[in-house]
Amino acid sequence: MARLDGKVALVTGGTSGIGEATVHRLVADGAQVVFTGSNEAAAKRVSDATGALFQRSAVEDPAAWEALSAFVRDRCGRLDIAFANAGTEAGDGSVESIGIEGWNRIIAVNLTGVMLTCQAAVRLMRETAGGEGSIVVNSSMNAYKPMGNFVGYSTTKGALIALAKSVAIHCANQGTKIRCNSIHPGVVETDMIKNIIAKQADPGAARAAYAGMAPLNRMGQVEEIAALVAFLASDETRFITGADYSIDGGSTAGMMGV
Amino acid sequence: MRRLEGRVALVTGGLRGIGEAVTQRLIAEGAAVMVADLDETEGGRLGAHAAYVRLDVGDEAQWRAAVAAVEQRFGRLDILVANAGIGGTGPIREVTLEAWHQTLRVNLDGVFLATKHCAGLMARSGRDHRGGASIINIASIMGLVGLPQAGPYNASKGGVRLLTKANALEFAADKLPIRVNSVHPGFVETPLLLSSSPREALDFYHAGTPMGRLAQPSEIAAVVAFLASDDASFMTGSELVVDGGWTAQ
Repeated sequence: MARLDGKVALVTGGTSGIGEATVHRLVADGAQVVFTGSNEAAAKRVSDATGALFQRSAVEDPAAWEALSAFVRDRCGRLDIAFANAGTEAGDGSVESIGIEGWNRIIAVNLTGVMLTCQAAVRLMRETAGGEGSIVVNSSMNAYKPMGNFVGYSTTKGALIALAKSVAIHCANQGTKIRCNSIHPGVVETDMIKNIIAKQADPGAARAAYAGMAPLNRMGQVEEIAALVAFLASDETRFITGADYSIDGGSTAGMMGV
Repeated sequence: MRRLEGRVALVTGGLRGIGEAVTQRLIAEGAAVMVADLDETEGGRLGAHAAYVRLDVGDEAQWRAAVAAVEQRFGRLDILVANAGIGGTGPIREVTLEAWHQTLRVNLDGVFLATKHCAGLMARSGRDHRGGASIINIASIMGLVGLPQAGPYNASKGGVRLLTKANALEFAADKLPIRVNSVHPGFVETPLLLSSSPREALDFYHAGTPMGRLAQPSEIAAVVAFLASDDASFMTGSELVVDGGWTAQ
């Protein structure tokens, strides 16, 4: 379709799952893509398959953002699209069980990391792309439907709604054409979920349970999420900013009856 | 992009404004479109990829005839864009019951009847696509936030928002391959808005929109085309706001 020809995109957490699929999709649509992560072997697989450029970088590290921004500026010359995707739930628990280390780590990656991604993206878009661009924040349906046993994840994903809207309003008020929106996937069949299912005593039942969380009675595919990111990244959505889009097979639309 | 080759769409209120832009966009993506509107004829405005049926969306008998016309002409229905709508403003203490009913009749009855009468044909056609058939209801940001003296319009569009979600869940539960989503435009530069809005109102729309401008109808049509395509195959029951940041502030 090549509707992103000439654009440069940054994808954080691009070595697996939704991030990896988005790297593939943005490249297929014509963009030049830089992606980050920590798994170098997985990064090589993505680079080899797509030609996208990998930079090992931690989203929660402010100093790393200076180096990453310099890399994008020097290698690509511009930034038009940012997908703030990196996230974690490691060390999460309920409000009674979570440890302060786990909590701080989740806040750092899921919230501070996304803020730093937006900050770097806005600066680069102003500097290199005439103050125009699209930032897409990957939140979760758990922003609307928090989980009791994932207090850190749920809280940070909820905060991302306000973060994305704040960035959007700021950029508009400043007279830029930089847009910022959040997306809210339901259960997606990532490698992580596949591994969890495979380890269960009854994988078939586990798979059915995950599928049953969505009214469509299936898990989302990573390519389906990537398609929404690609749409919001395109110039077709120049009037869309500060919006939060659910992509969850109906999971947050209401309650299923009997 | 031609993501909709071989698909058939029905667009209500399709002769002007957002509906006209949607019709053009769906045709550009490869779809054949049945345009429905109140005019007696389409006046020679539609090309070879579209047909026309006169339809008052609040009239159930006319809906039966319109769906029969779609089936006879095209044999299938993959995309329904329930776009027809009218205004509905005034101080609530002065709104007549007739005016209230008229707004609800077009804006909400119209979406109900569209869904009720198109779903059977769409359930059959939807099996041919990975993402199923797609119903796209054009609501408004006025279905999300209130505005003084817009009571009837607010009520109708808020109704469309939740009718959309209920139908999305119901079709999912019934395993019908029909996705249902709503689109919520902010202020759009349509002939109707421009001709019906006093200068102060247009200034308010511009100044109140963070992006500092009105939407073009084509920008709403792009979202409709996305929802109609298999790119949106995991989206149902969603509300897609297209408002230049209005409701985020």
